[in-house]
Amino acid sequence: MPTIYIDDQALEVAQGENILEACLNAGMDLPYFCWHPAMGSIGSCRQCALVQYQNEEDTKGRIVMGCMTPVTEGARFSLSADNAGEFREAVVESLMLNHPHDCPVCGEGGECHLQDMTVMVGHRDRRYTGKKNTHRNQYLGPLIHHEMNRCITCYRCERYYRDYAGGKDLAAQASHDHVYFGRHEEGVLQSEFSGNLVEVCPTGVFTDKPFLKHYSRKWDLQSAPSICSGCAVGCNIAPGERYGRLKRVHNRYNHEVNGYFLCDRGRFGSGYINSDARLDYAGIKKPDGSFMAVHQQQAIDTAVGWIKNKKVAGIGSPRASLEANYLLRELVGAANFVPGFSDREAAILSTIVRTLKTTTAANPSIKQMEAADAILILGEDVTNTAPRVALGLRQSVRNKAFELAAQMGLPQWQDAAVRNLAQDQRSPMIIVSAMDTRLDDVASQCISLPADDIAAFGYGVAKALSGEKMDDEAVNQVADILFAANSPLVISGTSMLHEGIINSAVAVAEQLHTSGKSSMLSLCVAESNSLGLALLVDDGQSDRAASIPKLAKRASKLDAVIILENTLERRGASGEIQQLFDADSKVISMDILENTTLGNSDLVLPAASYAESQGTLVSSEGRAQRYFPVYQPSAERLPSWQWLLKLAAGCECSELAELEYFDQVVAACANSQPALAQLVDVAPLRDYRNQGLKIPRQTHRYSGRTAMNAGVSVHEPQQPKDTQSPLAFSMEGLNRDEPASLIPYVWSPGWNSNQSLQKFQAEVDGPLKGGTSGAHLISSDGLGAVQPQVSVTANLKPHQWHLVPVHRVHGSDEMSINTDEVAELAGRPFIAIGEKLAEKLGVVEGDGLLVTQHKAEFSLEVKILSRVAKNCVGFSAGYSETLELQPGDLVTLVKDESWVYPTPTMIATDRGAAHV
Amino acid sequence: MNDAQMIQTDLDSVLSAEELREIDAELSHVPYKSGAAIDALKIVQARRGWISDQCLQAIAKYLDMSAEELEGIATFYNLIYRRPVGKKVILFCDSVSCWICGCDSIKQKITDVLGVDYGQTTEDNEYSLIPVPCLGACDRAPVMMVGDDLVTHIDEAKIDELFADKTNNSGGNT
Amino acid sequence: MEKVLTRNIGADLKPTGLNAYEANGGYQGLRKALAELSPKDCQDVISASNLRGRGGAGFPTGMKWSFVPMGDRCTPGHKYLVCNADEMEPGAFKDRLLMEYDPHQLIEGMILSAYTIGADISYIFIRGEYVVAIQRLRDALAECYAAGYLGDNILGSGFSLKMYVHPSAGRYICGEETALINALEGKRANPRAKPPFPQVSGLWGRPTIVNNVETLCNISHIIYRGADWFNSLGVGEDSGTKMFGVSGRVKNPGCWELPMGTPIREIIEDHAGGMQEGLQLKGFLPGGGSTDFLTHEHLDLAMDYNVIGKAGSRMGTGTMIILDDQTCPVGMVLNLIRFFAHESCGFCTPCRDGLPWSRQVLEDIESGHGQAEDLETLAYQIGYIGAIGNTHCALAPGAMEPLQSALKYFRDDFDRHISGGCCPYHTTRGA
Ligand SMILES: Cc1cc2nc3c(=O)[nH]c(=O)nc-3n(C[C@H](O)[C@H](O)[C@H](O)COP(=O)(O)O)c2cc1C
Ligand code: SF4
Ligand code: FES
Repeated sequence: MPTIYIDDQALEVAQGENILEACLNAGMDLPYFCWHPAMGSIGSCRQCALVQYQNEEDTKGRIVMGCMTPVTEGARFSLSADNAGEFREAVVESLMLNHPHDCPVCGEGGECHLQDMTVMVGHRDRRYTGKKNTHRNQYLGPLIHHEMNRCITCYRCERYYRDYAGGKDLAAQASHDHVYFGRHEEGVLQSEFSGNLVEVCPTGVFTDKPFLKHYSRKWDLQSAPSICSGCAVGCNIAPGERYGRLKRVHNRYNHEVNGYFLCDRGRFGSGYINSDARLDYAGIKKPDGSFMAVHQQQAIDTAVGWIKNKKVAGIGSPRASLEANYLLRELVGAANFVPGFSDREAAILSTIVRTLKTTTAANPSIKQMEAADAILILGEDVTNTAPRVALGLRQSVRNKAFELAAQMGLPQWQDAAVRNLAQDQRSPMIIVSAMDTRLDDVASQCISLPADDIAAFGYGVAKALSGEKMDDEAVNQVADILFAANSPLVISGTSMLHEGIINSAVAVAEQLHTSGKSSMLSLCVAESNSLGLALLVDDGQSDRAASIPKLAKRASKLDAVIILENTLERRGASGEIQQLFDADSKVISMDILENTTLGNSDLVLPAASYAESQGTLVSSEGRAQRYFPVYQPSAERLPSWQWLLKLAAGCECSELAELEYFDQVVAACANSQPALAQLVDVAPLRDYRNQGLKIPRQTHRYSGRTAMNAGVSVHEPQQPKDTQSPLAFSMEGLNRDEPASLIPYVWSPGWNSNQSLQKFQAEVDGPLKGGTSGAHLISSDGLGAVQPQVSVTANLKPHQWHLVPVHRVHGSDEMSINTDEVAELAGRPFIAIGEKLAEKLGVVEGDGLLVTQHKAEFSLEVKILSRVAKNCVGFSAGYSETLELQPGDLVTLVKDESWVYPTPTMIATDRGAAHV
Repeated sequence: MNDAQMIQTDLDSVLSAEELREIDAELSHVPYKSGAAIDALKIVQARRGWISDQCLQAIAKYLDMSAEELEGIATFYNLIYRRPVGKKVILFCDSVSCWICGCDSIKQKITDVLGVDYGQTTEDNEYSLIPVPCLGACDRAPVMMVGDDLVTHIDEAKIDELFADKTNNSGGNT
Repeated sequence: MEKVLTRNIGADLKPTGLNAYEANGGYQGLRKALAELSPKDCQDVISASNLRGRGGAGFPTGMKWSFVPMGDRCTPGHKYLVCNADEMEPGAFKDRLLMEYDPHQLIEGMILSAYTIGADISYIFIRGEYVVAIQRLRDALAECYAAGYLGDNILGSGFSLKMYVHPSAGRYICGEETALINALEGKRANPRAKPPFPQVSGLWGRPTIVNNVETLCNISHIIYRGADWFNSLGVGEDSGTKMFGVSGRVKNPGCWELPMGTPIREIIEDHAGGMQEGLQLKGFLPGGGSTDFLTHEHLDLAMDYNVIGKAGSRMGTGTMIILDDQTCPVGMVLNLIRFFAHESCGFCTPCRDGLPWSRQVLEDIESGHGQAEDLETLAYQIGYIGAIGNTHCALAPGAMEPLQSALKYFRDDFDRHISGGCCPYHTTRGA
């Protein structure tokens, strides 16, 4: 550990870091713009200047950039020297020449990094008398608003969008003081990660467009630590609320999971929470099929009447919290509880759970995946099924570059230099999939195979790793590549609903271990709590017996069925499900938004969304994480776990009836299953206090608290009390040094922007001072997952097409699609075919195809793929119009001559028709 | 055929066979296709005078780049024109030596004769006037390039001579 | 004095073709090296010759080359030699001459340099406006490939080299060697941070040497005639000859090959013929638009790197720009700052946004709207933009050199603009 001197103060610093990092680590405020902890240094803004001295005698020194200067033993610097301070001020002064003077009305004000730095360097008076440069803004789609006049040309947006996230449609243009960041022409930004521009930009050039429509200041938002429910990755988020409206979602740093970045589904996909399709009141179905709104107590009394001492079954949900699922299972009894997956998914998930409990491979966090130096992806378009993982994988392939850089003694943070050195040399990533994936551009090899053959390929690789020479040279090569790596990573998932693919991935990972390698195995699952629910119902044996269709079949023998946050038509088996609704038994459903299942129920209970409730979700990494309510549910909504507790109390269900606090539910749940024992460690209990204080959800500058409601009542309302968590619905308390799982928002004196995060990190880009967030539920016994070595090759017949699900960040997810902006981006349901097939069928992109499957006929819009396996066609997975289509189904295709070309519908954009 | 499709097909036929041949020649000695971006822009511009949006998109597609990446390059360089120019471009040196030798008044003279200022093209589409950094002929200042020809020791008489046809009718034109 | 670089350039200014070039001893250096000298031998000769880069910074060429990893120290792959023929510095006009009239001299120098550093691919990065030079170089390359001086197994030596002419799409910053490399890669020409130096990670991430045209033109002569001979050519501290030029309102502006260390007065008065009728010398930029003004008191200094450096300026390109007493120094500096502000690549803040600010202050002063504080602002900007290291590359500090020295030597003129509310020179010259 070298010692350096800053203003004569000796500092022990970490080898290999730069001076800016060293200063920030030491708690010193050295301003910066272009440097980013995840993206390293390029030295363009020149803001992080300090003075370096040759030795003790040198009194003059010279200005160096902190972010570009590596620490060396004995090096001497000054942060406070006059010339350094003057220089930093001059930098801000020149950045301000063309910057608008509208801080008080600028949407970024109050969380603007530029504003913070301007104050920090002490720049106040303007000397420039010339005209300002102005730019034209571009329409960038429904998510991102563009305000180029605020640009300070730090290049962060371009570096993030292109270099880090692999986006192609945003670039620096022009030169000198005319540099412009935007697209070639107006249009929707194509990256699934575009939203991070909002947080990467140090001013307000790229801002959250939906947020702007219902804008509030950062300091006026009430926030809570939360977990994204968009997919199973479990990114940590910080949603912000005001006036009972979920205003926006910001990233919440988790060193091991999402770091600084979210995907666009996570950031923009929560608009449904404010939607009109939200259920406000409980409703009892009237004979005419419509619902009569009733009060909570009446609803509970009705439900209790239907279920108390009756034969009741329950259907859980992979998108509901572990606690709610647990309560329902307890309420109806394990034997009467169905987890609520489709049968195919349930089978695969139980394989996954068993695998994770025994495998020799590590189930890696994204951080660990980023260290992989060879990656095999089997059958998964990770960008669309576990988006944030894909962003991590884009970083893993850079390990080759870092290796080359290390050979030259070049530190990783020398971002541009490392990229120039490595050009496009990357660590190997082999993608075996039925059709193109959004990681193809960084893959060393893309192999297109039908589902069965993907599995066969995986098994082949496993065999080749065991020393057998395979006929397929590609298989041998992949085995060699994985074997040569230090940390090989195998990725697969449930998106193809093909158990063989998962098993073959497991086989590869296990064989790597047998061959003396440490391997990583990451299996993507579909929903935010798929794995938690699978764990809850896993009894160590195959429990594939309990399924929705089976339950539906015996529905007539039941008195009631309780459905927890589940839209059953998304679980396949539509015919059987109808049986359930047709039977005489009463159906009680609780959910967030109107949906077909609710419509078919006898009693509906309005559930709180994740933003209004608390719960635990288990990510595909086996990481259990807690979300806390951002604000209290309005109207008659209740979190599902509270509905269930009330039902339990009404039924005098003895054990459950005694539970009052969420913590108690957690403890009971943890007790119920050895696999869930760690649940109690996920987050501190409700009586946790930070130096005697609760943690405030509101900032200390939260304004208008006494007046916000004046339109309704002139009496100042009492702040709601949160008896369930250590967080407070108020500005009183202490938001500093708390455990990582309880950080509601970041702020530090002088650092109003999200850059204040560094004050919460133990070291730059490192873990939070408050430790890690969440707890690992699954620890493997390490005995090795035994996998059936079946290998079938696809049985292909001409003119039959195997359906392959094509997942989309915007469109495939059940909840986020109810957000206007997401719906617009999702577009229409589609059938995706290769160029050759298109030619044969005589169709081009945008035409219609009649897709005939044994049950039904669909007319779908054609999308053309660049790479597709033999006999495969893709369909839009998760779109409500194509729910009937199932992976692996055989279909026939003909051109739909009567196809009506849809005119694009603008749902959410503010773009005038002239631009369409 | 829908719009997206039409644009796709059209882009493939934008560049001429000769242009593609010349671009291919450049591609033969760069390790990445994007390495030939500037050459490709120059090749196409040499034939067409400027780079239209469509050309830019076609070149980008041919080089496996996004239009944004190529736009970033095209707009960085002084000699890539993203707007139409006249048949000949007048690159007028207004750097220091030429300035000392009186280029300002020459520039005024050109503007008077041709009726165009910097960045403009004459009505008959013959000339565009663009300032250029020092042309490296300071010993013969003031200088400018008209098309590919270097014109040195310019004075007002020389301008009259060069643009004789314009001088005659400019009065009528303006 | 012996003509070296210009020996093939006659008064008739006819370009030298391969035959004429060979007839005058051309490609003898190459033949000698390939037959007798190892790359290491060549490297030693160049180091011993004390040749310093003619592109502006005067970095010792031998030392620069010595950083290129050779033999086992180099990972497998290409190495590159790049000739910097961008020549866009205001007031610089020497490389054009060398390329237009004797292209083979440059090519031979490049082949030898490539041989020395083990490069197998080379580029001449030339500004696009040099259409004549581009054509002549291309013709000469064709002649060389035909004659076996380029291509595979050159002259049977086993050494192979490809050479391409790469015309730039135009920007001054492309002359900065790392920006040039980005331009060659087909990217935006923002300079790269150093380290790593191009010698280890340059074009396409591979070892690369970038040298100026004039530097490379010297190589074949040094290899052929030896380091001692080259050392003996200079009349001052530095070795060799140099292309010196004079522009501005002198009687006979031009460019001449003269010994290193030739006194400034001799260049201006003897070769350039002194000032035009009715004009007095007021000051001069000794090495192009990014060097500090010198004045009368410096006329007897020798044109040597260190001598000029000690006087507070730089040798730069060796092409001087003369300021006469009837040209406004503020206007001249404004012209230069305008150029630099426009040619800033836009990467780093002090240059991108600082230079336009200086430009604006100078515009105010020149147009008679200046305030007394403006001079303080200018001084502040010089401290801010002018120091090496404050900016990402040397463009911006270079831009500040004429300004800072103008304030030193011609402060009066600035004051008169401000106090008089107009440009005092307006009466004597056009706007
Ligand atoms: C802004 C800027 C412009 C430059 N322009 C040129 C140029 O046009 N020609 C040149 O040879 N060197 C130029 N240089 C210097 C080069 O960076 C580099 O030092 C030179 O090409 C090295 O060659 P040498 O060692 O042979 O002098 C420029 C430097 C800067 C900072
Ligand atoms: S000093 Fe100017 S030219 Fe150099 S990198 Fe900075 S902005 Fe670009
Ligand atoms: S943060 Fe160091 S130069 Fe921008």
